[in-house]
Amino acid sequence: MEKAELKQLQVLAAKIRYDVLDMLKHRTYGHLGGSLSIVELMAVLYGKQLHVDPKNPTMEDRDMVVLSKGHCGPAWYSALAEKGYFPKEALYTLNDGGTMLPSHPDRTKTPGVDMTTGSLGQGTSAAVGIALGQKMKGLDRYTYLIVGDGETNEGQCWEAFMYLAGHRVNNCITFIDLNKRQLDGYTKDILYPFDMAEKMKAFGFHVETVKGDDIEAIDNAINNAKAVKDQASCIILDTIKGQGVKYFEDMVSNHSVKFTSQEVNDAADKALAELRAFIEKEEAHV
Amino acid sequence: MFKLVNDRTQKGKELRKVAMETVADVMNTNDKVVMLEADLAGASASGIVQKAHPDRYIQVGIAEANMVGMAAGLSLEGFRPFIHTFAPFASRRVYDQMYLSGAYAFNTINVFGTDPGFTVAANGGTHTSFEDIALYRAIPNVVILDPADATQLAWAVREVAPLDGIHYLRFNRKDVRNLYEPGSTFQIGKAEILKEGKDALIISAGQLLNDALDAAEKLEAEGVSTEVIDLVSIKPLDAETVLKEVAGKKAVITVDNHNIIGGLGSAVSEVLAENGVSVPFKRVGVKDVFGQVGTAAYLQKEFGLTADDMAATIKGLLK
Repeated sequence: MEKAELKQLQVLAAKIRYDVLDMLKHRTYGHLGGSLSIVELMAVLYGKQLHVDPKNPTMEDRDMVVLSKGHCGPAWYSALAEKGYFPKEALYTLNDGGTMLPSHPDRTKTPGVDMTTGSLGQGTSAAVGIALGQKMKGLDRYTYLIVGDGETNEGQCWEAFMYLAGHRVNNCITFIDLNKRQLDGYTKDILYPFDMAEKMKAFGFHVETVKGDDIEAIDNAINNAKAVKDQASCIILDTIKGQGVKYFEDMVSNHSVKFTSQEVNDAADKALAELRAFIEKEEAHV
Repeated sequence: MFKLVNDRTQKGKELRKVAMETVADVMNTNDKVVMLEADLAGASASGIVQKAHPDRYIQVGIAEANMVGMAAGLSLEGFRPFIHTFAPFASRRVYDQMYLSGAYAFNTINVFGTDPGFTVAANGGTHTSFEDIALYRAIPNVVILDPADATQLAWAVREVAPLDGIHYLRFNRKDVRNLYEPGSTFQIGKAEILKEGKDALIISAGQLLNDALDAAEKLEAEGVSTEVIDLVSIKPLDAETVLKEVAGKKAVITVDNHNIIGGLGSAVSEVLAENGVSVPFKRVGVKDVFGQVGTAAYLQKEFGLTADDMAATIKGLLK
């Protein structure tokens, strides 16, 4: 990846991370940990890989995104706002009555949201159907399916994975956000996941594991997945829940964070200031 | 417009063949229609669709939740999926998928839930659905159709194929007695009066309508003028016709191939109660018990759903 392009994606990631924190702090609560762990993925998808048009969100010939870990809508909304799908001010309406941005994505309410999700596991099957539909229509397009590692507790994920791998659906790229934590604790303590990469390989996927904060590695893995024609692909993102903000990475229970204590708000303000400084420095440089 | 057959003792073609031949035919002119099957082609005859349109037939395997989600995804790409599995799996097993990925997300899925209620026969209690209507009724915007015979089923398939939304069609896979002349047409949201009568009224749907007409004839012979209404469209429900026809009757029963809780009898009760209608009324149906194994004829009798049960209930109300 060219240095300039990498910088551009790093700035986009910083903006998405800033928006997530800013939005949830404004709302005083929200699903922070899992939103932050997919920030770099969102930056690569919306900054580079996706064939989409923010001015025409329902364009027939578009790549589709399914955020099956629907509680991480704030990360998606931030990416969509940064790309101009809707005004950034809308981010402050998260969870307001009548908002276009509900806690969990709703395709009937938000431009750019391709599928309604939130009941965990269900997005996986929808992504299979979308990918098959793209093929049946003769579109040379991809479906990007984002699944949480905790989410894979849901059996429906494995029904969908069996279909994808068994039928070699090569235009659906599955991302598993391996942040190792779920609502009630560490995934290893809740329901021991064994080796996720080996599991997916055993199902028949082409699997690549990358650091989930490494923009270049994520981008390369997507390119590699696209080159695989005779298998479905799975990219495992080795991430940290709360990724990119040390204070929240270290917070024991960061699935849903309340921004009510002075300490939490100070930590958020500090992170926001650092992100803003980074964004301003880089944009001035450009 | 409909016309009843002259001979209601004759059985028509197996309903599974009617359903799948009609889907295959619709696919000839509608290239958006696709069919998904969950390893029950041997039971549903969906191989007819597979043979006619292999490119638009998707064998999902024994994974009903995945099938519903995949149908939702295909709907997002502009397709109009029909899906098949047995009624209990097409309703309670996939309820959250149908509710959220289907209805809540405003996707289109046409559902064949086969062998509802007592028609489950040899598959028994584990495969019995006495609650599928109740479940689907509670999902906003869903259309529930309970076709009575081959003619009405073929109409229903053609009717829902081009429409947006969730449509649940429940029917026996096997052959049932003919009720309507081929070419008869109906309307979603409209009840049909099959037989006029001034004393009693039977409201039912599905293959039990023929039994309801038998009951009405039996009652007529005993001097009870009995009307029969086909409530093929259980949701949306034709409240106007129900209220109009209930007025002045001395006995009204509903007949459900379903638990009396949450079935069409419940739906009619709600209409009557909310409109201040007071009339001698009973729900004939499964009395809040689980299913069991046996022939369909045995189970129909066991659960109190025969023409004799209907006639006896009317007479009880008229006492």
